[in-house]
Amino acid sequence: MTFLRRHRRLVPYLLLAPGVAWLAVFFVVPLGFLAYQSLEEQDVVTYETSFAWAWHNYPDAISGNLPQLLRSFEYAALATALALLISYPLAYWIAFHGGRWRNVLLLLVIAPFFVTYLIRTLAWQSILADEGPVVGLLRDLHLLSPSGRLLDTSLSVVAGITYNFLPFMVLPLYVSLEQVDRSLVEAAKDLYASTAKAFLRVTLPLSMPGVVAGTLLTFIPAAGDFVNAQLLGTPKQWMIGNVIQSKFLELIDYPTASALSFLLMAAILALVAVYVRVLGSERLTG
Amino acid sequence: MTTVAEALSPPRPRRRVGRQALALVRRHALTVYALLALLYLLLPIAVVALFSFNDPRGRFNYVWQGFTWDNWVGWDAVPGLRSALETSLEIAALSSVGATALGTLMGLALVRYSFRGRSAANLFVFLPMATPEIVLGSALLALFLTMTAALGFWTILVAHVMFNVSYVVVTVKARLIGFDRHLEEAAMDLGANEWTTFRKVTLPLIAPGVLSALLLSFALSVDDFVITNFVAGTTVTFPLFVWGAARVGAPPQVNVIGTAIFVIAVGVMLVNVLVNIRRAKGVP
Repeated sequence: MTFLRRHRRLVPYLLLAPGVAWLAVFFVVPLGFLAYQSLEEQDVVTYETSFAWAWHNYPDAISGNLPQLLRSFEYAALATALALLISYPLAYWIAFHGGRWRNVLLLLVIAPFFVTYLIRTLAWQSILADEGPVVGLLRDLHLLSPSGRLLDTSLSVVAGITYNFLPFMVLPLYVSLEQVDRSLVEAAKDLYASTAKAFLRVTLPLSMPGVVAGTLLTFIPAAGDFVNAQLLGTPKQWMIGNVIQSKFLELIDYPTASALSFLLMAAILALVAVYVRVLGSERLTG
Repeated sequence: MTTVAEALSPPRPRRRVGRQALALVRRHALTVYALLALLYLLLPIAVVALFSFNDPRGRFNYVWQGFTWDNWVGWDAVPGLRSALETSLEIAALSSVGATALGTLMGLALVRYSFRGRSAANLFVFLPMATPEIVLGSALLALFLTMTAALGFWTILVAHVMFNVSYVVVTVKARLIGFDRHLEEAAMDLGANEWTTFRKVTLPLIAPGVLSALLLSFALSVDDFVITNFVAGTTVTFPLFVWGAARVGAPPQVNVIGTAIFVIAVGVMLVNVLVNIRRAKGVP
């Protein structure tokens, strides 16, 4: 204690040390091993790996899995856009018209989080199944051909991703909309702005930090997801996550799998950097 | 009273009526849209709960066949389910305590002190949350493979502490931002030493934040599939059990456990909300 009193400046570093050490050993160091593994050469017969500066693993991994890589970003972008379309009005409604029910409504938004991720996705499997009620209804209405399916299509995978990460979108949107100063909106209307114009010129710009945070929090896990493509799709809908997990855990192709992991992370970081630079948000890391 | 603008534009009253009608429609459209969005969010939960009472024929629990209590009464009739659940709860208990301890200290440092490297530390804590889970999982597997560590309980535990720390820091920080440092200084001025000040002033003030962080990391740990899948070896947690069962058709008991976890979690959160409301009203 006297030591701490004498060296007051050290206190924050001492408080940080255990957590930083943990993250260093189990987050930073593993990324180093992943990089190391991505440059290994694997014997086709024995599966033995040895380090060989095998940079060709990267172009090989890209050319061998380009459809899945592109599909990951396509599905993730679609799901993020859909999630924004669904969440913005919902968050707006809770923030501006929720009144004293706000906390209960927010609880309802977070509630799906508390049903295990896999079980949620399995629930969609049964909702969209061929024998399920939705397919039956759509077939009766001739919106779907008699042999038409919902499950195992791009649609079901994107819908699953959209659903699973929706709370990540609603919460940041709600937080930023809730902080919007109502008197500014009033002022805009007093100055003869229509409701729509007041929204576009005042509310929407002020809620942009929430839009940026929400889209990132949705896009990042969506691009790396493989559960939805596995449970709601077929190998035709596979994303890069499916390839990585099957190469790591089933096919035992560590160098390619590691290279793909790295490429995924690099691509996401690059996209996020551009996105944040364009839309501007330094409040993200707070 | 007529303003110049109104006097100059005679058709204005009619337009205003039209605008009011439009605003009415628009407000209700928003409400309907929001309620539909909520319905969409909650529909799968209703399905999960409903099918926990289903009496399926064959191995797929897709089609409603009839009501039964059997799945709830015989929830552990499926081999492996009970031990998977126990493993999940043990790991969740240990990892949430560990992550909360590490993360709370970091949160305290990041909010209460200004020091060189603080923004770098903030960014560093944020990074694991900005990395896809599949990358975290595969990187940990690369580490454990290279170290030839035996995959299982301990590697899962270590991984769960790692991904939970960042969430704890964010949660604790959010509660600490309104924290008044003068209270601690006052305690010190009145002769309390650092430890007494921490115990009597700091701890009670940060306790709600720490509790939320503990509950959040417990929930995240029980729910985690992607990272666990990479580092589990042959150990089976509840999500891994569900994954394995899904390949051959998940039994309705999985829905029972899913529903039970949901009811408990929402119950805890409701209690939390109610306590906060009472506290805000000044009732001790």
